[in-house]
Amino acid sequence: MTTNATEATQNLPSSHFYVREHHPEQGTLLGFWLYLMSDCLLFAGLFATYAVLSNSYAGGPSGADIFDLPLVALNTSFLLLSSITYGFAMLQMQLKRVNGTLLWLAVTGLLGAAFIGLELYEFAHLLSEGYGPQRSAFLTAFFALVGTHGLHVSFGIIWLIVLMVQVKRFGLNAENGRRLMCLSMFWHFLDVVWIGVFTFVYLMGVL
Amino acid sequence: MSEHNAQPPSGDSHDHYQGHHGEETHPGHSTLKGYMTGFVLSVILTAIPFWLVMANVIESAGLTALIILAFAAAQIFVHMIYFLHMSPKAEGGWNLLALIFTLILVFIALAGSVWVMYNLNINMMPGVMSEPVLEMQSQ
Repeated sequence: MTTNATEATQNLPSSHFYVREHHPEQGTLLGFWLYLMSDCLLFAGLFATYAVLSNSYAGGPSGADIFDLPLVALNTSFLLLSSITYGFAMLQMQLKRVNGTLLWLAVTGLLGAAFIGLELYEFAHLLSEGYGPQRSAFLTAFFALVGTHGLHVSFGIIWLIVLMVQVKRFGLNAENGRRLMCLSMFWHFLDVVWIGVFTFVYLMGVL
Repeated sequence: MSEHNAQPPSGDSHDHYQGHHGEETHPGHSTLKGYMTGFVLSVILTAIPFWLVMANVIESAGLTALIILAFAAAQIFVHMIYFLHMSPKAEGGWNLLALIFTLILVFIALAGSVWVMYNLNINMMPGVMSEPVLEMQSQ
C-alpha cells in the first residue's frame, strides 16, 4: 500500500501539491479570516452610520461635551497591552509550554475585562446623565458602534476562558493550537477595529 | 518517524505537517522580535494622535483630523503585518485577496454613505422643509 502510493506520487509531477493542499488547519484559518472580513463589513456599516449621524445632536450633547479622553487613552492602552500579551501567549504555545500559555492568556483576559469594565463605567456615566442612545441620532450611532465592539470583546473573553479550560484539560494539542490561532486573529482584529473607533469617534469627536 | 522521513510523499505525510512545513506556510510566524516591533510602533502611533488632540498642538481642526487619520491608517497597517501576520504568501494569497476585497467594500460603504448623505443634507437644508416638520423629526 505504502509502496504503491510512493510510486504513484513519484510519477505525478504535481504530487507535492496534493500533499500540501490537504491541510485542514489552513482551511480553518482561512475560513475564520473570511468570517473576520464579514465582521469587518458589519463594522463598516456601523462606522458609516456614525459618520452620517455624528452631527445630528438634536439639541443634545456633542462628542466634545461627553467624551473623556484620558479615560479613552487608558482604555486604548489596556486593549493594546492585551494584544501584545496575547502574542506572548502564542509564543509560549509555540514552545509547547502549557503554564506559560495559560499565564499570558489570563493576563490578556484580565486586560480585556479591564477594558470592558471601563467602557461599562463610561456607558453608565452617560446613561445616568440622561445621554442614552435615545437622546439623539449621534448617541444612537455612538452606542451602536462602541457597544458592538464591546460585545465582541466580551465574547472574546468568554471564548478565551473556555480555551483556557480546554488547554488546562487537554494540553496544547493540534486542535487547541488551531483554536488559539483563531482567537488570536479575532483578538488582534478587535484591536484593529478599536484603532478606527478611538480615532474616528473619540479623537475626531473632540476636535 | 524515520519511515516518514524516508518517504515524505506517502499517504499519511501530513502527520508531520506541524513539524516542518508549518514554518513555510506561516511566513509571518510569531517571533518575540516581531511582536515587540509591532507593539512599540503601535504605542508610538497611538500616543501621537492622542497628544495632538489632547494638547491641542495644531490650530486647524481639519488638518489635525487628516493627520490622526493618517496615523490610524499606519497603525492598522502595523497591526496587520506584525500581529495578524498578513503577507502576500499567507494562505496562498487568499487572505490578502479577501482583505483587499473587503477594504474596497468598506471604502465604498463609508465614502458612499458620507457623500450621498452630505448631498442630501445640502439639498434639503434651506426652505424646503418648514419649521414644524423639522421639529417633528427631532422628536
